Amino acid sequence: MSKYYLNYLDELESEAIFVLREVWAQFQNPVILFSGGKDSIVVTHLAKKAFFPSKIPFSLMHVDTGHNFPETIKFRDDILKELGVNLIVGSVQESIDQGRVAEEKGKSATRNALQITTLLDAIEEHKVDCAIGGGRRDEEKARAKERFFSHRDDFGQWDPKNQRPELWNLFNGKHFEGEHFRAFPISNWTEMDVWNYIKREQIEIPSLYYAHEREVVWRSDSWIPNSEFLKLEDGEEIVTKKVRFRTLGDITITGGIESDADTLEKIAAEVSGMRKTERGNRTDDKRSESAMEDRKRQGYF
Amino acid sequence: MTNALKAQWKIEKDKGIFRKLDMELNNSQLLRFTTAGSVDDGKSTLIGRLLYDSKSIFEDQLESIENTSLKKGHEGLDLALFTDGLKDEREQGITIDVAYRYFTTPKRKFIIADTPGHIQYTRNMVTGASTANAAIILIDARHGVIEQTKRHSFIASLLQIPHLVVCINKMDLVDFKEEVYNDIIKQFQDFSSKLLVKDVRFIPISALLGDNVVNRSENMPWYKGAPLLHTLETIHISSDFNSVDARFPVQTVLRPQREGFIDYRGYAGRIASGIFRPGEEVTVMPSGFTSKIKTIEGPDGQLEEAYAPMSISMTLEDDIDIGRGDMIVRSNNKPEPVQDLEVMLCWMNNDPAKPRAKYTLKHTSNEQTAMIKEVLYKIDIETLGRNLEDKEIVMNDICKVRIRSTKPLMIDSYRDNRSTGNLILIDENTNETVAAGMII
Repeated sequence: MSKYYLNYLDELESEAIFVLREVWAQFQNPVILFSGGKDSIVVTHLAKKAFFPSKIPFSLMHVDTGHNFPETIKFRDDILKELGVNLIVGSVQESIDQGRVAEEKGKSATRNALQITTLLDAIEEHKVDCAIGGGRRDEEKARAKERFFSHRDDFGQWDPKNQRPELWNLFNGKHFEGEHFRAFPISNWTEMDVWNYIKREQIEIPSLYYAHEREVVWRSDSWIPNSEFLKLEDGEEIVTKKVRFRTLGDITITGGIESDADTLEKIAAEVSGMRKTERGNRTDDKRSESAMEDRKRQGYF
Repeated sequence: MTNALKAQWKIEKDKGIFRKLDMELNNSQLLRFTTAGSVDDGKSTLIGRLLYDSKSIFEDQLESIENTSLKKGHEGLDLALFTDGLKDEREQGITIDVAYRYFTTPKRKFIIADTPGHIQYTRNMVTGASTANAAIILIDARHGVIEQTKRHSFIASLLQIPHLVVCINKMDLVDFKEEVYNDIIKQFQDFSSKLLVKDVRFIPISALLGDNVVNRSENMPWYKGAPLLHTLETIHISSDFNSVDARFPVQTVLRPQREGFIDYRGYAGRIASGIFRPGEEVTVMPSGFTSKIKTIEGPDGQLEEAYAPMSISMTLEDDIDIGRGDMIVRSNNKPEPVQDLEVMLCWMNNDPAKPRAKYTLKHTSNEQTAMIKEVLYKIDIETLGRNLEDKEIVMNDICKVRIRSTKPLMIDSYRDNRSTGNLILIDENTNETVAAGMII
């Protein structure tokens, strides 16, 4: 067998670096959407490699719902300092205060959908023409249809039925004033690929991904962390468990799983034996069969 | 996290490399394949079966499919539901757009480009085929080779997919008879002799029952070949890239202008084909200047050699004016700089092609204004014959055209080099990608 081939992880890395460089070459003012979750951390790590020895030529944009894990914010600030890049924050609280959006009411209220307005406002205000995200096609059925370069109209909307064909590695980022693009460098990665890559590269990630003791409550089939935002329902009880999180979203909706995995090796081993999808612990995706598609059409991540 | 881990993560600034500890020697390759077909072929069932039997389905997905299967009144599990996508697709029971799906076995990682098979979706088939190492062609054992089979095979050969796996499906409905299988192989070979496909294999399967998909069929002991998954796991794909013609399209130039890198000028891009090594003499196209490769840096530091599809940055011994759109090639093997080219074009837009209108032509990292000068003929996708009369190019048409570009393009023929033989056209009024082209 010829020795001139890449293993799958190197090929995915090479593809992602190509996409990131293409974004830089085709757009005026791209940003990385940085949530502090593992996927956006991996994208940031790839950007570091793509432009070395230059520093990352993008600002990071964080849509802050105000319902954060404190660990995520600290992690974000540490990484900014290390990389020496700018941070743009879009605040959902400000959007609420300005009357741009109204807080959801009721038992399962979250700020998840409210982020859409804040995100689109921040994109407009900062004249961002391409927002780079850590979305992956294996995450969800609507995401399986995403392009690497995904067009958004001047209302920030995605039209999944009328997307530009994307062939070979020719990405068309041409757009009119007011429109923007989303770019997804790790489109072809699976959750397992992300963990194998984090392990291989020894990428630092928030401590929340590692098993730790935490106060939690059992709700919607997962362990929801105790926080100032948590309102206990009848019959619910706060307990202390050893948990870790597979994905990081708002502290109000991100459920943990019971786990002893406190090293990257153990996490990767655990993930490879997982019986449920990672978004299975996200109440935002459980609302309906097309919850993700509906939000994405409006401009969600 | 520990300080030790933090230290590992740091860039080794002076050396300009990233440290990679705990590197596993994982040699698993990535295989991209496309499946074209309609619901009736059992395409969705086949993909569902591959995912299910290779244990790539999660419990919550399974539960949701079980519920839907029940709701729809299906007996047992409807594997086809695994490939459900957008709301409209679920409602109409069809695939509208390419969907990408993933699964991994201990041998390989797979990306499936799941594309709809109807004529009106030719553009999606072409899209899915453009990056594929292999194509699965599904034939219903009851119907044998039909127009759709020919269309799919033609597109696979047009897009030069290196490996074709013809699955004769629904063998359970023809009593698993070997004669049926042999007869269909003959039908296929009769027409495919006209196509340019190097590697064709045939497998009798039943996607519904799982025969010869992941597990060997007990119903067809006469079949001595490998089941589908094993075939996909072992197809030799290392030689799919052109390793002879060294082509490096420059994507962007890295100029850090910071301490330690004041004079650094790295040409960043992804190697399209061939192999590059430091010390080699290279020519920059289209300017024609020559120099020697000083260094090649990959994602993890300096490399002794670099090959497709690596993303690298390259420095040269001499200061030459090089930018995006230029191509660095080995001096003794140069592509042809041309302005007039013949192209097989697949039209992908609702607006028909406008004769003599200007389009943006994208070829590797190079962008030029171009014009369709002449339509030579259209392919009748039903008969695969040539239509010399009809010159109007509309959505899903495949035709041979002459294109003129305002400036030279550094091309190879698509047959020789899939990476530097392709192009797209963009409508300057709408910014939409309207056509995909294979250079002849």
